[in-house]
Amino acid sequence: MTSDVNSPYQDLSVIRENLDRGTYSCRELTETLLSRIDLHDSNINAFITLSRDEALAGADAQDALIARGEAGPLTGIPIAHKDIFCTEGVKTSAGSRMLDNFTAPYSATVVERLEAAGCVTLGKTNLDEFAMGSSNENSFYGPVKNPWATSHVPGGSSGGSAAAVAAGFCPVSTGTDTGGSIRQPASMCGVTGIKPTYGRVSRWGMIAFASSLDQAGVFARSARDAAVLLSAMTGADPRDSTCINEPAADLTRELNTQLSGLRVGIPEQYMSDLDSQMSDRMADALREMEQAGATLIDISLPHTRYAVPAYYVIAPAECSTNLSRYDGVRFGYRCEDPADIEDLYKRSRSEAFGDEVKQRILVGTFTLSAGYYDAYYHKAQQIRRLIHQDFDAAFNSVDVIAAPTCPGTAFQLGEKISDNIAMYLQDIYTIPVNLAGLPGLSMPVGQIDDLPVGMQLIGRYLDEARLLGAAHQFQQRTDWHLAQPTLKHTTGASDV
Amino acid sequence: MSDWQIVIGLEIHAQLNTRSKIFSAVSTAFGAEPNTQASLVDLGFPGVLPVTNEAVYEKAVAFGLGVSAQINHRSVFDRKNYFYPDLPKGYQITQLADPIVEHGNVDIELADGSTKTIHITRAHLEEDAGKSLHEDYAGETGVDLNRAGTPLLEIVSEPDLRSAEEASTYARLIHKLLTSLDICDGNMAEGSMRCDANVSVRRYKNHPLGTRTETKNINSFRFLEQAINYEVERQIQVLESGGRVTQETRLYDPDRNETRPMRSKETAMDYRYFPEPDLLPVVIDDSYVEAIRERLPEMPDEKRERFERAFELTTEDAETLSTNRALADYFEQVATASEPRLASNWVRVELLGRVSKDNFDMAQVPIPASELATLINRISDDMISGKIAKTIFEALWNREASSVDAYIEAEGLKQVSDSSDLAPIVTSIIAANPKQAEQYRAGKTKLLGFFVGQVMKETGGRANPKQVNDLVRSELDATG
Amino acid sequence: MAVNKETVLTIATLAHLEMAPDQIDDQIDRMNRILDLVDEMQAVNTDDVEPLATPFDQVQRLRPDVVTESDQRDKLQTVAPRTTDGLYLVPRVVE
Repeated sequence: MTSDVNSPYQDLSVIRENLDRGTYSCRELTETLLSRIDLHDSNINAFITLSRDEALAGADAQDALIARGEAGPLTGIPIAHKDIFCTEGVKTSAGSRMLDNFTAPYSATVVERLEAAGCVTLGKTNLDEFAMGSSNENSFYGPVKNPWATSHVPGGSSGGSAAAVAAGFCPVSTGTDTGGSIRQPASMCGVTGIKPTYGRVSRWGMIAFASSLDQAGVFARSARDAAVLLSAMTGADPRDSTCINEPAADLTRELNTQLSGLRVGIPEQYMSDLDSQMSDRMADALREMEQAGATLIDISLPHTRYAVPAYYVIAPAECSTNLSRYDGVRFGYRCEDPADIEDLYKRSRSEAFGDEVKQRILVGTFTLSAGYYDAYYHKAQQIRRLIHQDFDAAFNSVDVIAAPTCPGTAFQLGEKISDNIAMYLQDIYTIPVNLAGLPGLSMPVGQIDDLPVGMQLIGRYLDEARLLGAAHQFQQRTDWHLAQPTLKHTTGASDV
Repeated sequence: MSDWQIVIGLEIHAQLNTRSKIFSAVSTAFGAEPNTQASLVDLGFPGVLPVTNEAVYEKAVAFGLGVSAQINHRSVFDRKNYFYPDLPKGYQITQLADPIVEHGNVDIELADGSTKTIHITRAHLEEDAGKSLHEDYAGETGVDLNRAGTPLLEIVSEPDLRSAEEASTYARLIHKLLTSLDICDGNMAEGSMRCDANVSVRRYKNHPLGTRTETKNINSFRFLEQAINYEVERQIQVLESGGRVTQETRLYDPDRNETRPMRSKETAMDYRYFPEPDLLPVVIDDSYVEAIRERLPEMPDEKRERFERAFELTTEDAETLSTNRALADYFEQVATASEPRLASNWVRVELLGRVSKDNFDMAQVPIPASELATLINRISDDMISGKIAKTIFEALWNREASSVDAYIEAEGLKQVSDSSDLAPIVTSIIAANPKQAEQYRAGKTKLLGFFVGQVMKETGGRANPKQVNDLVRSELDATG
Repeated sequence: MAVNKETVLTIATLAHLEMAPDQIDDQIDRMNRILDLVDEMQAVNTDDVEPLATPFDQVQRLRPDVVTESDQRDKLQTVAPRTTDGLYLVPRVVE
């Protein structure tokens, strides 16, 4: 175990031990990470806002708790939040010019709970505008670069949070996942990411994209770290009536459950279109699980190919009305000298929303408009039920489902930005899970051309603990999750 | 005009009298400083979520039971999308396809004494919008969102109403129901109940319905009648001069007594309703509905019948006293603590007279029911005369008195009926008028009234007239 | 289903978004590609399939009717673009 505060890739248990032993203080750790961010983030662009002063003050407060012997599992753990979670007194932009001037007057439940658990917030991470995108190229603050290859995207929409963990800027971070926005960047950045069951984590204070699909989750260096962090975020919230009415869960409880006897479903629809390198990586990972005693079972999820079409009705429809509140009246961007009320609405929204956001608002407005509701929205909700039923049927015979997280590794910046359909199809393996509301996890299981490859584990309703346990057992046998990118920076100084 | 049939449907928006708003834990109290009762949720801040107030469901179900309607065990909130400065989220949360209440009916009494059933299509829950203030801001409009999120029950009637009078009779009945059920405070001046009137005319009864207009936000029964009458005449004029009625939303201007088209509504209206994804369906069961049924307060008709029976009132008087819940409660308190028929007279004539003269609300009446009962009891037990009672009532109303008994005592208003006090006065009056006494004894017994009047005058009206009568007669007879 | 210029302009009006004349053709093209993708749904027979609005067919929990929020106007209006006397200001609206 390293006791060097300068070692950027320490997991939570190592940090915990060092903090509790006094090998280094939370302030020293926080300062070290802030310096590393200062040094490297001009190349990565993972952060929109660094809350340096608040972080250092928070670190001192946590050091005092640790000194008194009152530390819990997350006391003094540095974290970064996707800039879609409201943080009281700190700019909360959603990656949009619309909220570039917005200082949130309240904090999201996720942020409140993690602060109460002792996490120290380093800052707010970059994202696709209002979480709409799969490459992080749709941010008002510029694209995030993949720490493994800065010519490549980190995935999206939680690209900043994934890249921050991959770059060693923080051991854990939060994200949101509407159609794959945690799992896909986790896969592309070589970290572990989990989107829990819809309703497992409160959405209060999480700026909405598509309300029936949005769910908060985490990025970490290991399944174990993810389990510790996610546990602290769960539990019923009176401010979110869609949040499941269960007390906070201990999602670490199955970390030590062996893989032997685990029935792993392999959906043919997720495997058939993979290229040979991706197929090989999946096969290697599955063989590893099999060798650990898991049983592989072929399953079918027959409506998979209709998930992306249904998603591109439901998500834009919900977003088109969720984003109506941005009208230049009560908060956010307001155009200069509006001639009349219509001019205020039209110019404020047109000047402040980016192209992809406008695109989706238009699509959603169209599919909900008079005469089209049945053909689009209603139909998509029916498809949604069929996809849900596919999973229900599959889980009669398997405990978890294993599949690729995305069709390939990180692609190059600019490669797909002009082809919206190609971009949308990046989420073909993650979207069905959101439509069904199930938990999904992505973990690194190999590399292709020095870029990480992720595998997705999909679980039953509220079965996150089993997913995390299976991933942890896999990580006990492999070291793909320990792989680190080499950061280069423009000043030519050596890596720290 | 006689060959035109008028077809009217009403949409009544009733603000539910809950403590907190429908989707936020913010006070619904009327009249606060602008935007001091507008929370993150009411303002539609990024990241907020609505959470439904359980009381709005109880009140909506109570209404449904009050109009013999179907209570839907599964109801769903929808978003109705449009932009307007007083609608913070750009959508209103309402219920379209699956409202809480459907298929109710009420009977209204027509001018000729017959009754007519008016069908209620639906009653659904939704949130109120804020207010736009157009004056005094140098060409700009000010937006106050205190009212945004106040719970509304929108009660939609079938187009069963055939005249402005029927419409206002129906609206009054709904108002009576809402207040008796303690669902809505019924304060129309504060906008607690507003009507939208859908009006069309057609030449013959069985022709297809004509194009209708919707006149919005009418906040008094009188304006409702005026607005409908104006709209009917306007539409007939348009049609008779060969024109066509435009389907549109209009506003009633009471100052000019006319309706005019609203200009602010979006030209291409397409509300894009869809199920509100932030709120799951609400499911209630029979036991929930039955529990509310058991707690339902007495309906106005039931109350009227009970007043007739228990207090031996005429139907007409009982009707007057049972219409308004606050009035009925007040009367009942007075009537149970005093002689009921006297109580009925006092409440209907004196109290309601003053209420309407001073344009008061029942809630502002300055005389507690217990004091009015005391006042009536002092008449019944001959302590004061009816005439004196009226002066005490005035004193109470003007807050010059707070206790009837203390006031009688302090002002010396007690009726004199003690013989030992009255006898010397009678004796001296007879002694002072020997000529009249002589004539009386000679058989001119009509002069009795003269002596009684003199005694009353002497006592400042406080003497008990019957007592004086007896004393005068026996004194004259005895000394004769 | 494909959209044309007129439809796109109507939608833009409903959504309160401006559409520069030189963007319209590109916009129509992008939207139609999305609608082509979406139309793949039509291949599925969904007769008698109950729509699923939120993932688990759960029912709503309601909250008690209590007031717990107090006035936060000053704090909430610090992020407002334009206010006076506690009111949000917008260009004049004619009813």
